[in-house]
Amino acid sequence: MAKIIVVTSGKGGVGKTTTSAAFATGLALRGFKTVVIDFDVGLRNLDLIMGCERRVVYDFINLINEESNLKQTLIRDKNIENLYILPASQTRDKDALTTEGVEKVLNKMKEEFDYIVCDSPAGIEKGAHMALYFADSAIVVTNPEVSSVRDSDRILGILSSKSKRAEEGEDRITEHLLITRYAPSRVDRGDMLAIKDIQDILGIPLIGVIPESQAVLKASNAGVPVIRDENSDAGIAYTDMVARFLGEDVPMRFTTAEKRGFFKRLFNKEEVPA
Amino acid sequence: MSILNIFRSSKKNTASIAKERLQIIVAHERNQRSGPDYLPILQKELIDVIAKYVKIDRDQVKVELDQQDDCSVLELNIMLPERESNTETA
Repeated sequence: MAKIIVVTSGKGGVGKTTTSAAFATGLALRGFKTVVIDFDVGLRNLDLIMGCERRVVYDFINLINEESNLKQTLIRDKNIENLYILPASQTRDKDALTTEGVEKVLNKMKEEFDYIVCDSPAGIEKGAHMALYFADSAIVVTNPEVSSVRDSDRILGILSSKSKRAEEGEDRITEHLLITRYAPSRVDRGDMLAIKDIQDILGIPLIGVIPESQAVLKASNAGVPVIRDENSDAGIAYTDMVARFLGEDVPMRFTTAEKRGFFKRLFNKEEVPA
Repeated sequence: MSILNIFRSSKKNTASIAKERLQIIVAHERNQRSGPDYLPILQKELIDVIAKYVKIDRDQVKVELDQQDDCSVLELNIMLPERESNTETA
């Protein structure tokens, strides 16, 4: 029986789709049969990040309306076995997502897959609500920035009150904090919220820290999830995050400023005469 | 360099300002979320009653429910218009 994971944040532009693509790819690379679903009806983008935009024939709404079947609709990743993409509809509006329709599709996929990753749209409206409603776990993507942290807290409130698990009094959704676009050197300078600050405020366990990285834009340019750029900092950080999700104990990386020796020397020289 | 130093020492680093502001707003919003369902209606009706007797600016009325240990405190904060202030008593 598949586990459903929602990648959510409230705020837009923090890295939900980048994370969904990397996370789903990472799970598939570990041998799990995984599908990643784009819930952003009307603003589909996961297909571009996954590099399959030209292979979209049917979409999520077609599937809900039974205009196509699973086999026709799911796009199989060209390079990675066990990885499938379900694109959002580009022409319909978000009201086409109904609770019953989404549940029916998810139930069908649950039989076939190990993991179902739901890429939530920004905001707290229908699409975002549908993406999180059936989730077993949530990955809350947060930038070290005030509006992102506040919106993440709002989403945590919704996860604990408006999800299916909450409404039916089942066990809570397992929440994980993923900090993205983290710049340790700016944290050292006092210009950016530190990991601990964000954790103190949100109060949920940390699953990973993705550094601000040039590899992310390069990956989206190429349509290859950044986790496949195995030598990049962001790629490594996502690989670690997948391992932690699977219960492995992996220490955090890229959380302290590099070239510290150089900066330290510089600061020390400044401080001695003063 | 000296100008930079003065700037640095006089200004608090922005990350700690961010943290303080977030702690306050997040606590406030969580409090609202966890408040009883009737609170928004209670707030509206209280304001309606006051508006019946006093000309008030609705933005100048604050109704909040605070949890303090084992008791809740309903706090009503109204800014009365200046002219009529001598006829009203708090």
